[in-house]
Amino acid sequence: MAGFFDRMRGRSANKNSGNTAKERLQFILVHDRINLPPERMEMMKREILEVISKYVDVAGNQIDVALENRHRSSLLVAEVPVTKTNDDSEGQAESRLDAADADDA
Amino acid sequence: MGAKVVTITSGKGGVGKTTTVANLGVALARLGQRVVLIDADIGLRNLDIVMGLENRIVYDLVDVVEGRCKIRQAMIKHKLFPELYLIPSAQTRDKTAVSPTDMIQLTDKLRPEFDFILIDSPAGIERGFRNAVAPSDEVLIVTNPEVSAVRDADRIIGLLEADNKGPAQLILNRAKIDLIRKGEMLSAEDVTDILAIRLIGIVPEDEHVIPSSNNGVPVTLNENSRAGMAFRNIARRLMGENVPFMPMEDDNNILRRIARLLSGG
Ligand SMILES: Nc1ncnc2c1ncn2[C@@H]1O[C@H](COP(=O)(O)OP(=O)(O)O)[C@@H](O)[C@H]1O
Ligand SMILES: [Mg+2]
Repeated sequence: MAGFFDRMRGRSANKNSGNTAKERLQFILVHDRINLPPERMEMMKREILEVISKYVDVAGNQIDVALENRHRSSLLVAEVPVTKTNDDSEGQAESRLDAADADDA
Repeated sequence: MGAKVVTITSGKGGVGKTTTVANLGVALARLGQRVVLIDADIGLRNLDIVMGLENRIVYDLVDVVEGRCKIRQAMIKHKLFPELYLIPSAQTRDKTAVSPTDMIQLTDKLRPEFDFILIDSPAGIERGFRNAVAPSDEVLIVTNPEVSAVRDADRIIGLLEADNKGPAQLILNRAKIDLIRKGEMLSAEDVTDILAIRLIGIVPEDEHVIPSSNNGVPVTLNENSRAGMAFRNIARRLMGENVPFMPMEDDNNILRRIARLLSGG
């Protein structure tokens, strides 16, 4: 029942199939254009989170990464809510060193 | 200077490329232009049928390219317009029978004697598409207001950009005004917004189109057809004229017009 009314409300809130088509297209094309399917986008998001977490605390361990279009050029936009900078500056330096080591290997 | 070579392509099949080429050809010829249509859809010949010229084919595009005949021998003159010609495609060969260089050489030979050379591209993004766009000065992309067709159009735009093929223009075909008004179909603004491409025409869904193809008489010769009118407008825009876009309303419907006036809309 609730589903039915929700759907009705969704309709009246400008959610007809023309708009749905436009939104779906925008999502599809932004991934088509840079050839990055949504699964790989998720992988990239996890790795970005890992790297950033080495330097600052990411609130809720959540980041928001999205692809956007600006007149046929694609923009990767990331929003990363940080709580506090990690006091443990030595720990940070260490992880930076780790990363450099890993690079050499 | 010579002819302008215009390729009509789409990515997706069945969106109206062949219909567009036939109608623009006729519309341009009616405006006094000297026109050659080339069917580059090798193996799936059908521009000849839409033009009503299928009984007059002796030689085809592949015969020209492989040197079995002179270009003139493969050019079929239209019954109504002495300066409108068709070079039909081959029905029994495949796309590899022709190369992009062949297409450039062929159109270069035709350019001095004509005003427009329109090329009907096959669907897809492979060899046949490459052949069709190789000689083009201008590309028109045909799409329908549907997610899959627009997605394929975007792919084509990307490929043309990578080839530095200049900005293509869009024809939105089979637009249904009633659905668009109800918000149940992508509008021309939606599509041009998403594709970031210039619009050269909106062709409404029109029940006259299929009978026209049945008869081999392009719909633009029917003065009552809204699609025919849209194609005539595109032809004039191709010639550089600034033609305002026709209102998407069904203006033929006098009752609806009155209703709109009464409701103040
Ligand atoms: N504006 C239109 N209104 C109604 N039918 C159309 C319209 N445009 C094309 N069609 C029909 O759609 C079908 C596919 O068109 P066609 O020109 O052969 O597409 P393509 O060459 O892109 O494969 C044909 O049956 C044609 O008559
Ligand atoms: Mg076709």
